[in-house]
Amino acid sequence: MKQTPKISNTYTLGSVEQGAECCEPIPHFSIRDLAVSYNQKTVLSNVSLDVYKGCITALIGPSGCGKSSFLSTLNRLSDMVPGAKVTGTIEFEGQSTLANNYDVESLRTKVGMIFQNPNPFPLTIRKNLELPLRERGIKKKSVLESKITSALKEVGLWDEVKDRLNVSALSLSGGQQQRLCIARALVLEPSVLLMDEPCSALDPISSGVVEDMIRRLAGRYTIIIVTHNLAQARRLANYAAFFWMKERVGKLIEFGQCQPLFESPQHSLTAAYVSGERG
Amino acid sequence: MINRLFTLLIWGLASCVLFAFGWLMVDVLVQGVPMLSLDFLTSDPIRSGRAGGIYPIIVSTFLILGVALTIVLPIGLGSAIWLCEFSNKDSKIVSTIRLSLDVLAGVPSIVFGLFGYAFFCGFLELGFSILSGGLTLACMMLPILIRTTEAGLAAVPNEWRRAGAALGLSRTTLLWRVLIPYAAPAITAGLLLSIGRATAETAALIFTSGYVDRMPESLADSGRSLAVHIYDLSMNVVGGDKAAYGSALVLIMFIVSINLLANALSESWMQKRVSRQ
Repeated sequence: MKQTPKISNTYTLGSVEQGAECCEPIPHFSIRDLAVSYNQKTVLSNVSLDVYKGCITALIGPSGCGKSSFLSTLNRLSDMVPGAKVTGTIEFEGQSTLANNYDVESLRTKVGMIFQNPNPFPLTIRKNLELPLRERGIKKKSVLESKITSALKEVGLWDEVKDRLNVSALSLSGGQQQRLCIARALVLEPSVLLMDEPCSALDPISSGVVEDMIRRLAGRYTIIIVTHNLAQARRLANYAAFFWMKERVGKLIEFGQCQPLFESPQHSLTAAYVSGERG
Repeated sequence: MINRLFTLLIWGLASCVLFAFGWLMVDVLVQGVPMLSLDFLTSDPIRSGRAGGIYPIIVSTFLILGVALTIVLPIGLGSAIWLCEFSNKDSKIVSTIRLSLDVLAGVPSIVFGLFGYAFFCGFLELGFSILSGGLTLACMMLPILIRTTEAGLAAVPNEWRRAGAALGLSRTTLLWRVLIPYAAPAITAGLLLSIGRATAETAALIFTSGYVDRMPESLADSGRSLAVHIYDLSMNVVGGDKAAYGSALVLIMFIVSINLLANALSESWMQKRVSRQ
């Protein structure tokens, strides 16, 4: 068995043996002492946790405590923010992704990302899915076709759009657009999906559809989801990480299996947040 | 009551604009249409343009515009893309470039004319030529095109840049496949604006491409543009009014058709590459 991360006073890891059956406790991302600052102002510090392969890890906590900043370090989208600096180590598939010479574009094809607001390109449905494939040098019509079909089937969009692949992706409803964005990430066959509040811009029904889909994807993909919806985190996640602001800096307060974290939190802040007393 | 007054005021102001434009159009149409004939378009001017046609002038106009566009399109689009997508927006150089472009866009054309005369005609020894004229016009068009293109690109929602990056798309792919097609209408508008300014230009061209009204033999030859021709006919040539109206009508028709063509092109380009809701 892999060694569990060292335990500090702000950091509690549930025993892996209690994990859900689908969850092999194999770390997919190993994050140690991660800190993020924007223009020398630290927004997140001292984050250490393992993200387990095939599991859903939920990041919970109030707004502004650095959950999204944390998420964007995992595919190095944080590079795009001027003045952003990330320190510490992130190990992904045995390599340190924060190294200067690390191949960021290939990292991003292995680690897909879904944003809060659905953001399909203003192209047709088909072209939205073709674009990332063509960028990877896949040009053969039959290959493109089969990959697009299977990605759309995976997100349950195939039956809804199979007759209108050549219409604008922007003509889809919000929930459909979000599923298309997930399909667009899946088409590259990533092993990890980062989701930044994927349901918060959707109506309850679309949100439910997307949530069901996320559940179906678990096991085959490692999923890290930021959510403000505690009930959703509880329904979906195998592991949960609770973030909180301390002296204006985001910190990881507690990390562990989802059920124990909600039912018998180790930290008083966690207890107050999950019971709805604070946050 | 106040509402009605305001409605009336706004309608009044709008009709002032419409009236001025309508009057101008009617005047040019009434006086210009009788002049219009195939002969007018295809023959040389006689007696300084009092009689004959405007064929060499049309050719010169297109040549000058062609020279200008050849320079403006690559440099203008390239600079705009660099400014918007690749430059470090906080750097001193970038803000200086922006400020310079804004100032240049507002500089009177006569100043560009003097610059063109001193630099292209004099220093580069191109003389009074279509080349000098086209290059001078290019200097005038660049700031307009760069700033409008840049604004068009800046208006593309940032979420697509993030989405593209998150999919591992290169910036070039994203630029060509998503950003530029989406910004195409704004870029077209900027291009039209600058073409409009260029074709209407007289002051800068008198100094640089000259006003010889015969057929230019090469780009190194002097050539007279339509706007210069209209100016010359109405100010310096007694009895040239009729021909001036005819030329003005041709110029207006040219600008209108460029507008239509550009709209159609950007529309079809959009439909092919991008689709809006």
